[in-house]
Amino acid sequence: MMTHSQAADVFNKDEPRVDWHNATLWNVRKKRDKAAVQIPEWEKLRAIASQIKAHSLSNLSSYLENFEKKASENGVTVHWAKNGEEHNRIVLEIIQKAGLNKNSQGKIPMVKSKSMLTEECHLNSHLENNYVDVIDTDLGERIIQLRKEPPSHIVAPAIHLMKEEVGETFHEHLGVPNIETIPEKLVEIARHHLREKFLAAEVALTGVNFAVAETGEFVVCTNEGNADMGANLAKVHIASMGLEKIIPKRKHLGVFLRLLARSATGQPLTIYTSHFKKPRQGQQMHIVIVDNGRSRQLGRPDFRNSLKCIRCGACMNTCPVYRRSGGHSYHSTVGGPIGSILAPNLDMKKNADLPFASTLCGSCSNVCPVKIDIHDQLYKWRQELVKSGYTPKVKSLSMQMMRFTLSHPGVFNFAGKMGKGVLKNAPFLINNFLNPWYKQREMPEVPQDSFTEWYIKNRTKE
Amino acid sequence: MRVALFIPCYVNQFYPQVAVASLELLEKLGCEVVYPLEQTCCGQPMANSGYQHLSKDCETLFQENFDQYEYIVCPSGSCTLHIKDHVELKGKIMELSEFLVDVLKVEKLNVSFPHKVGLHQSCHGQRGLKISSMSELMSPSFSKPEHLLNMVSGLSLIELEKKDECCGFGGTFCVSEEAISAKMGKDRVKDHLDHEAEFITGNDMSCLMHLEGILRRKGSSVKVKHIAEILNAS
Repeated sequence: MMTHSQAADVFNKDEPRVDWHNATLWNVRKKRDKAAVQIPEWEKLRAIASQIKAHSLSNLSSYLENFEKKASENGVTVHWAKNGEEHNRIVLEIIQKAGLNKNSQGKIPMVKSKSMLTEECHLNSHLENNYVDVIDTDLGERIIQLRKEPPSHIVAPAIHLMKEEVGETFHEHLGVPNIETIPEKLVEIARHHLREKFLAAEVALTGVNFAVAETGEFVVCTNEGNADMGANLAKVHIASMGLEKIIPKRKHLGVFLRLLARSATGQPLTIYTSHFKKPRQGQQMHIVIVDNGRSRQLGRPDFRNSLKCIRCGACMNTCPVYRRSGGHSYHSTVGGPIGSILAPNLDMKKNADLPFASTLCGSCSNVCPVKIDIHDQLYKWRQELVKSGYTPKVKSLSMQMMRFTLSHPGVFNFAGKMGKGVLKNAPFLINNFLNPWYKQREMPEVPQDSFTEWYIKNRTKE
Repeated sequence: MRVALFIPCYVNQFYPQVAVASLELLEKLGCEVVYPLEQTCCGQPMANSGYQHLSKDCETLFQENFDQYEYIVCPSGSCTLHIKDHVELKGKIMELSEFLVDVLKVEKLNVSFPHKVGLHQSCHGQRGLKISSMSELMSPSFSKPEHLLNMVSGLSLIELEKKDECCGFGGTFCVSEEAISAKMGKDRVKDHLDHEAEFITGNDMSCLMHLEGILRRKGSSVKVKHIAEILNAS
């Protein structure tokens, strides 16, 4: 596996593509700004959302239990999964026990709307290995499913692809005779292709954006209506939900729904905001509540706020690093700034590079609709990772040298006097032997005297 | 007013003219400036790399040098922010332009700099110390450095497409993530060049050093100048 900086290096070999990716994402950020500025109480709304989430996280167990009680009363079956594996097993069991029809290939046809949680649990491959035909129905997800790629963005999973590449994908996988490049045509092709899948599906899986403890209902936000289409046609509806999705009351939706789509894409609301409360006659409805490391994160005082995330993707769109390195460079289901504070909780060793893939500029924290202190948490993860020994030894050594130089004025001034010697020990050139600074930049010119020397010569002899 | 001057380590070694300009500017504005000779660094390079525990000695040294002063002024938003967040002080550390605006309440400067200038907002000064409003927040716009630059006769500030995007320096990030760092720097430079800047200024020499490295590699005639140098012009 490549580290973030290695992957970013590869991504940057094609500069025009980096510029295109950067501009595409920046455009989404601009749309967010335009939508947010129209809400006079925007900053207040963020503060309230953040407080509701803080309250919910502090009372998580009681709200979850209440949600389970209400949902059960509504006729929904609630399941609890400790981790991804358990989640996948539960989902498969529900499908296998429901007595569903198989298609001509002997597989149970299933449609799935966008769910980052099932990506996190690697559900698709588990089901496909067990005779379930999984079709992702979100257009972006379907495109990357056909290409066998992971999503590169939590809201726009195929945003790394150009329309020509989508045309090629449809040509290769959907039997489209030519390589279509007109977006409207591409969408029409996808609609026809997916319509058949919806009509044939026996089971539908959706994610959950918000779960209301008060009523036992859950809300799914999509722009394509694919969650509704799937859930309303299939005999079985399974909703996979991270345990942090709980909010206390229905009225709180008024806060989060105003923030979510505006932050994500600059829309006032997603086109479909679907409330699911109970199964229709003859339908089964299941909710699988998943932990998968979330309660461990809840127990880390420095990082628990990351669980406030409503998955709008605004931090990715604004991040100057994400825009220039692409989502895949983060080698984690959720990339970008929020992904970099979530991923080390799941696997510190594998994701030790991610908190360093940031300049700590703080733009992410400023756009976050629930005011997660993302850049401060990136800083804190760095400390945590170093303490736990997940950073290279050579770096520790150079840091020790730097500590010595910078905490002894005599050594510091002597190193400075050495002129070029200081270049080697300068803070911004630490941790390198080949000097990557010089690859695309000139070094600063070394002056005759340091300021301290100038000061002694000019100001201390009066 | 008596103030202590804290000069970041890399400014001390590479950009002494910025320190001289800061010193002279403060003196011109009526301050008695003390420069403790035993000062080195704020400790941020280690802390941001995950070695905050190694920056303790630096922080102690800082306290020894500066704890007796009511105001400590530093021509860097980034180092100021680090001290503010990590070192307990009896007095107050302030970035140069916020000190000029908030404490000295400077309203007039008799200097001239007849050039087109682009202002690079350094993230730690802007988002950390809040010396300017931020494009992400839906709040009234203001900028302390712009307020000061507007007092300079002949100086015209250019508009930028992205007025507060990070330059990509980021401390050790500039070498550990070389590709992104350089690309971010190139894009910032392009924004300034597209809008015909003759000079790029800012409150942090680290950002400007990075941008200067890129400008010089391009062979551009555009120069960087720390805000203290412009405010201290003749």
